[in-house]
Amino acid sequence: MIVAASLVLIVLFSVGFHLFSPWWWTPIASNWGYIDTTLVITFWITGAVFVAVVLFMAWCVFRYRHKPGRVAHYEPESRKLEIWLIALTALGVAAMLAPGLVVWKRFITVPDDATEIEVVAQQWYWSYRLPGVDGRLGSSGTEWIDFDNPLGINPHDRFGADDVVIDSGDLHLPLGQPVRVNLRSVDVLHDFYVPEFRAKMDMVPGMVTYFWFTPTRTGEFEVLCAELCGVGHGVMRGYVSIDEPEDFDSWLGEQVTFAGLPAGGAVRVAETAEESDP
Amino acid sequence: MSSVSEDPDSGIPPAEVPDLPPPHAHGWWSRWVFSQDAKYIALQYSGTAIAIGMVALVLSWLIRMQLGFPGVFDFISAEAYYQFITMHGMIMVVYLLTAIFLGGFGNYLIPLMVGARDMVFPFVNMLSFWMYFAAVVVLVASFFAPGGPTGAGWTLYPPQAILSGTPGGTGWGIVLMLVSLILFIIGFTMGGLNYAVTVLQARTRGMTLMRMPLTVWGIFTATVMALLAFPALFVAAVMMLFDRLLGTSFFMPALVEMGQQLSYGGGSPIVFQHLFWFFGHPEVYIVALPAFGIVSDLIAVHARKNIFGYRMMVWAIVIIGALSFIVWAHHMYVSGMHPYFGFFFATTTLIIAVPTALKVYNWILTLWRGDIHLTLPMLFALGFIVTFLNGGLTGLFLGNVVVDVPLSDTMFVVAHFHMVMGVAPIMVIFGAIYHWFPLISGRMLSHRLGLIHFWVTFIGAYAIFFPMHYVGLVGVPRRYPDISASFVPDSVATLNAFISVAALTVGAAQILFLFNFAWSLRYGRKAEPNPWRAASLEWQTPEMPPRHGNWGKELPVVYRWAYEYSVPGASRDFIAQDDPGHPASWSHVP
Repeated sequence: MIVAASLVLIVLFSVGFHLFSPWWWTPIASNWGYIDTTLVITFWITGAVFVAVVLFMAWCVFRYRHKPGRVAHYEPESRKLEIWLIALTALGVAAMLAPGLVVWKRFITVPDDATEIEVVAQQWYWSYRLPGVDGRLGSSGTEWIDFDNPLGINPHDRFGADDVVIDSGDLHLPLGQPVRVNLRSVDVLHDFYVPEFRAKMDMVPGMVTYFWFTPTRTGEFEVLCAELCGVGHGVMRGYVSIDEPEDFDSWLGEQVTFAGLPAGGAVRVAETAEESDP
Repeated sequence: MSSVSEDPDSGIPPAEVPDLPPPHAHGWWSRWVFSQDAKYIALQYSGTAIAIGMVALVLSWLIRMQLGFPGVFDFISAEAYYQFITMHGMIMVVYLLTAIFLGGFGNYLIPLMVGARDMVFPFVNMLSFWMYFAAVVVLVASFFAPGGPTGAGWTLYPPQAILSGTPGGTGWGIVLMLVSLILFIIGFTMGGLNYAVTVLQARTRGMTLMRMPLTVWGIFTATVMALLAFPALFVAAVMMLFDRLLGTSFFMPALVEMGQQLSYGGGSPIVFQHLFWFFGHPEVYIVALPAFGIVSDLIAVHARKNIFGYRMMVWAIVIIGALSFIVWAHHMYVSGMHPYFGFFFATTTLIIAVPTALKVYNWILTLWRGDIHLTLPMLFALGFIVTFLNGGLTGLFLGNVVVDVPLSDTMFVVAHFHMVMGVAPIMVIFGAIYHWFPLISGRMLSHRLGLIHFWVTFIGAYAIFFPMHYVGLVGVPRRYPDISASFVPDSVATLNAFISVAALTVGAAQILFLFNFAWSLRYGRKAEPNPWRAASLEWQTPEMPPRHGNWGKELPVVYRWAYEYSVPGASRDFIAQDDPGHPASWSHVP
């Protein structure tokens, strides 16, 4: 009796907690509402299964608890019932998997009009690089990293000259413009994580990883590291600011380009050489 | 085989090999230390596992003290916090759960349940335990090494695991951790081969594979999986040890640490993750399948009903075991691996939900129209179903690649895996201890203390891990000693404090359990033979507790499956497997 009642109470508590507790995801600030929708579908299907199974169990415990004289029913198996249950479960699983895979396809397909930007992680802070007027990022590599060139931008690549480098400071992005976020790490694994954007991806030294999103509201959003990266993991924070396009442009105009940094000297020389070419 | 069956109608095959006595102890050392009796080795395994598990329990208190009351306990620095979570995770998953299910329950129950006198290789079995013991000693030594144990997280991801930004990364911590894992795997391989060969070769006459209790099926399948999965961890550990000590670059790309170019180059951190999870995902089922098997038997015995759909249950165990080898990269959806892998691994992962769900249905259908005795093993079995169901369902969020993206690396993941492979299997371990304690000790555990233990543990664990999912949903990342952030409302801190109080309470209840265990061992009520009226073979030994060699003069002969409960027309509500007196009532089973 107490056991059956407790099982019912667990169901009531769980459903009540889900519906009435104040703890829910942060208001979204990107186009990934699809992910939230898939998550809600999953909540409904799994929630229904949880309630049904535990309530049935509570009823069994109540109805078939031991009393003198009770004899259990002898029935080794029921192929028919098992096949029905397998089929229903498969259907429920498919109902979650199908939208999940469709949204994943969108998630990994970067639209053609996306601007490329770069986030570089190292123990324990974030740096950023945005393309300059040529609209494209110069190449980079670990071998070029030094005090003057903390992001390891290739000094011989002319596409890198006008890249905007934000070594310490917040990232700004314009509202409504899709961005492909290229992710690099110079030391260990990190993960660029802004809860409001829903998207995240690990940053792996030696590789460039990516995700894409479109900012859908202005504001300041905290950046956290979501992959354990040593003792400073919990304090590896920063901010991304989503601006109206005109505010973004004026912010961008105030930033330093790679050519303006000490390490950018080689690019300046290369560019001069190219211009003087007949 | 030329010999003829003694009774051609019984269908019992003749013995294929002579019944040899297991090795006898000749002195104090070979009896009490280097024992070759599987039952004694089981107790050595379990005792060591529970002792090191207590360390993990204390670490969990420290973790929860920090998370619930950040800044209050000065001695918990970020370094210490990462060391605590790393050691807590590694101990619980490998040194407690794997060791107690396979080394503990496997050693005790396999020979008794299949009707063998002992494991087939008793000497190797003894060595297996002592390798495990050495692994635990090395693990404990890392707590006292200069710089302390590793704080790389239990996943030990390189490059950070062997660099200076991580506690123990350039000191002794990570080296001792890897050496300990290598020793563990060597020890386990010796034990695992033994368990598998015993199940395949040492079953008594009449004990066909499809008559074995699900406990044996679960442990057997888990053992075979472990034999296939642990080598991946073994090579990963050896390669990382080389990277750390010899300067190789298996997992290390060219990188710049704190402004310094290091001499590594050309390796891949993602290769380590593949190796780790090729072990790590089957590992989840290595822990879960023995729990599935044991809980099936607890439910059947205490509901006085055969396990519903036995054959489907066996196939579900085998299919889950096989599928679990092609789902590993669902731990790596946001690792930076090729995104197309997401389609494949999400599909395989969600397919595994089908046989798993079937097992849950069949446990409940066993309760349906049963005669449910609400004994302690049954209560823990019910607790298992609730927590396993909950944790299994949240797995459908994390397995579905795109839903995992916002949730991965948050407290949602922590809540999920604690529910499904922490709380749920531990519920089964407790249920199993309450169930088999009389067989092992000849006494009953105190029912009253057990009830307090059950209710505090079950309700408390649910109160810890159910709300924790919502902390993750808010966006709080895991492995943060202090979770405050601009998007986290203050109320989450209150919830965290509540979770910590619940965790400390549940922890205290485990002390009560240990007290009950120690007290009942001496003063517990004497158990009558086969106190639960179980049909399976381990309760049919001539003496209880069973002596060395298990079966007295004659090995038992098995006439039926292990689930002959409440058979219509039978004189009592169970028919033991070795009872020749009744016809085999269920014609589906050979």
